[in-house]
Amino acid sequence: MDVPYFASLFRDLLSGLPLTLNLAFLALLGGFVLALLLNLARTTRTGTAIAGTYVFFFRGTPLLVQLFMIYFGIAQFEFIRSSFLWPLLREPYWCGLIALMLNDAAYTSEILRGGLRAVPRGTQEAARVSGMSSLQILRRVTLPIAVRQALPAYSNEIISMLKSTALVSMISLMDVTGIAREAVAETWRAVEIFLCAGLIYLVLSLIVTRATSRAERALSPWQFGARQ
Amino acid sequence: MTKTARALVGAALSAALLAAPAASADMTGRTIVIATEGAFPPSNMTRPNGELYGFEIDLVNEIAKRENLKIELISQAWDGMIQGLIDGKYDAIVDGVSITGARKEVVDFTHPYTTGGSTFVVMNSAGIDLPMNGTTAQLDDPVSIDPAVEAVAAVLDGKTVGVQQATIQSAFLEEYLQDKGVKVRTYPNGSDVYQDLSIGRIDAGIASLTNVAAFLEKNGDKAAATGPTFIGGIMGAGSGLAVQKGDTELQEALNAGLESIVADGTLAELSQKWFGLVVTPQQY
Repeated sequence: MDVPYFASLFRDLLSGLPLTLNLAFLALLGGFVLALLLNLARTTRTGTAIAGTYVFFFRGTPLLVQLFMIYFGIAQFEFIRSSFLWPLLREPYWCGLIALMLNDAAYTSEILRGGLRAVPRGTQEAARVSGMSSLQILRRVTLPIAVRQALPAYSNEIISMLKSTALVSMISLMDVTGIAREAVAETWRAVEIFLCAGLIYLVLSLIVTRATSRAERALSPWQFGARQ
Repeated sequence: MTKTARALVGAALSAALLAAPAASADMTGRTIVIATEGAFPPSNMTRPNGELYGFEIDLVNEIAKRENLKIELISQAWDGMIQGLIDGKYDAIVDGVSITGARKEVVDFTHPYTTGGSTFVVMNSAGIDLPMNGTTAQLDDPVSIDPAVEAVAAVLDGKTVGVQQATIQSAFLEEYLQDKGVKVRTYPNGSDVYQDLSIGRIDAGIASLTNVAAFLEKNGDKAAATGPTFIGGIMGAGSGLAVQKGDTELQEALNAGLESIVADGTLAELSQKWFGLVVTPQQY
């Protein structure tokens, strides 16, 4: 085995890790906020229709197609290129982040909806009787229970988003996969290079799995045999 | 060994000894088989009926006419083409073969018939104008390349330049311009560079003269090549015809032909005809 080669290869690939993590973290953060808004919108009839349509389109089309639509598609229009949005959409980074964020919001809003629906009605009624405002109920009762219910499904979404960031290498971004692809074009050592890149994602997924299962235990100790 | 066998061997030996100087004395009577790909536009292409045409086809036909060579063009896949020449399946290759040190070790080359230069391309709307337009910067010569790089870097400082991954041009940007404030964005496909250049996502692109020419043919009203043409060094020394190692007769005959068509401007005319600009040497 060519140890010095693997060492320098890992160093090269790891230089793309900050971008991969940056995209994954911000896409999840932005996606979560947007998912929250989508669920709040579901309290009204029009809002439900809007949220439903949004989820239908973003969950029903491939992320890669969405990415290409934002990167190649929208940029074709002259009025976009002369608008205030262009400084943002000109950069592949923002196109990638926006696509990931919008896609993540669709999935997360459905996960969150499931969690919200699992909140027993009685808890909210009890909170209202105790004199809490709607915002207080949301913050103190509804959301904590909903998030707790949604966590196992959401950990899937975190891992999925982490891996989806690899698609941004298609729009000239140099994340872990982008660097791997360039290295393959230069050296043709596809097996070694993609194996190393895969290993990096595997370690990231492992960390996320461990972290979320710890969070589950902390939030629902009674389900894991803790003393009541 | 029997008498007959000895006589046969002797005859074969003398025939071989006689044949060699005869061939070197003049090229008449020898059919030169030249391999090409027939799929590398606009240098060599194949018509639906199998007929080869293109810049390089015109080039070798013109040389053959002037040097009285009898040539036969055959189509071969690029994969394994040089090995086929080494194995003696044909006498020469004309397929845009860049003259590199590694290839020079296994085959001989004629003079280059293209300069192998690379140039920057910009959209007119971007308002970027690189200095030293139309000049040539020789990478092997510090006196030539250093001022050219300085001048180009001064204009492109903070600007983004797109290039295809793993090409001589990407190696050039990395080695000469990346540390001078030029942002390099690499693309897996060459066509994506032009796509992003057209919509203004990158400020400039860099590619071979012939590649840029193909883009300008369709977008000449909106885009332009600008700045010096970079040749030599990691940019390569242009394309030449490859012949078998030691086949000096053929090499000399082809070189004589090339010298003739360069001297009277025929090569420049052919370049203009097929590429829309002169990508060929003006003199040897």
